Amino acid sequence: MQQILNFIIRYKISLLYLLLLIIALAFTIRSHSYHQSKFFNSANWISGNIYQASSNVSSYFNLDEINKKLLEENKQLRDRLFNQTSTFSSELDTTNTTYTVTTAQVIKNSYANPRNYITINKGAKQAIQQDMGVITAKGILGIVESTSSNFALVQSILNTKSNMNAKIKNTAYFGSLVWNTKNFNVVQLIDIPRLVPLNVGDTIVTGAMSSIFPENIPIGRILKFDLNTSKSFYSIDVALFNDMTNIKNVYIINNRNRPEIQELESETENDQ
Amino acid sequence: MINNYYFINVVRFALLVFAQVLIFNNLTFFGFINPMIYILFLYWYPIKENRAVFIGVGFLLGLAIDFFSDTMALHAAATVTIAYLRPTIMRFCFGVNYEFQSFKLTNTTRAQQITFLALLVITHHLIFFSLEIFSFANLLLILKKVSTTFFATMVLCLLFGSLFSVNKD
Repeated sequence: MQQILNFIIRYKISLLYLLLLIIALAFTIRSHSYHQSKFFNSANWISGNIYQASSNVSSYFNLDEINKKLLEENKQLRDRLFNQTSTFSSELDTTNTTYTVTTAQVIKNSYANPRNYITINKGAKQAIQQDMGVITAKGILGIVESTSSNFALVQSILNTKSNMNAKIKNTAYFGSLVWNTKNFNVVQLIDIPRLVPLNVGDTIVTGAMSSIFPENIPIGRILKFDLNTSKSFYSIDVALFNDMTNIKNVYIINNRNRPEIQELESETENDQ
Repeated sequence: MINNYYFINVVRFALLVFAQVLIFNNLTFFGFINPMIYILFLYWYPIKENRAVFIGVGFLLGLAIDFFSDTMALHAAATVTIAYLRPTIMRFCFGVNYEFQSFKLTNTTRAQQITFLALLVITHHLIFFSLEIFSFANLLLILKKVSTTFFATMVLCLLFGSLFSVNKD
């Protein structure tokens, strides 16, 4: 007993170091495979408010550019509205819509790490929940990973943990969208079979397999494609439509049918 | 004077964290280089302090940066390691001199100070990027990130070091 105590006293510095290192590694390795821990991220009260304050100041410097982007988006939506052939009832009935959209602003963005996260200024109080999709006017951005009362943490598509369903526009061929951490403008689409006709420049959009995003949200266009090592699937480089380094206004999409879809899927899994 | 001494370290801690997360995390030279100037805290921290407290403070500093940058606990792991290794590195750079009561960082030569800072930074970056990328298949990528970020961090730390030099009390 005396010897054990002596040992502990003698090596207390090293033991303290090992303890702290193990805590840090445990946090890190756990987050490699699971969601970020609830409080241990930049969407908490303290860092959220600090980033909000910093963003309030810095957003003034590019108001002009943001205005232009919003105008461009309005123009596109107007074009679509004026060219819509079917007449719809004048009263807007929102009780039966599948998707509801919330707006938010990015207060912290990162794109240089292997696992990038974006912090936005809407949270649980604005009914943001885990696993809602986040898009910009130009295309897809990420999925909400955790929320605090006023902020939410979004797992960017520039994240090695990210894996999304995507397809080639106007076809039904779908694959998975992943990121190889090399370039923040380019993501990879894998698992497209080799018999699919591809062209450089084809548009990639979200697929119908996901209950998070609506179908046909733009992602990017094909930059180049090769067959993978087994020669049966393509691995495709996709240049993103979004400029991931410069994002301010985002939309959060809530699929109202998602709980029902998930319930159905879990029931089916349990029956097997 | 003891209050003043704690006060300086607390202010330095807060300012370095804010400078790191609000300014230097957004620099991103060439798309991937974010210099980590908060290591200066460990460089400036008083030498005669209790080691256990120093390791604890190092861990908290790393954790504070992680908190803001969504990097799990990567900064904490790297920072606590250089806090633990600092006495060894100092003995390597300054010889047995540094164990004397009268030893001061400002009394050493410029070359010794730069070696000390460089060893702190390179140890930190090696641990940080190995854990961040977490696969030795990407050894070249790790080395590329370590060397480029090391260069950026050193340049900025030396500039900051001469801007806010420790007063000679």
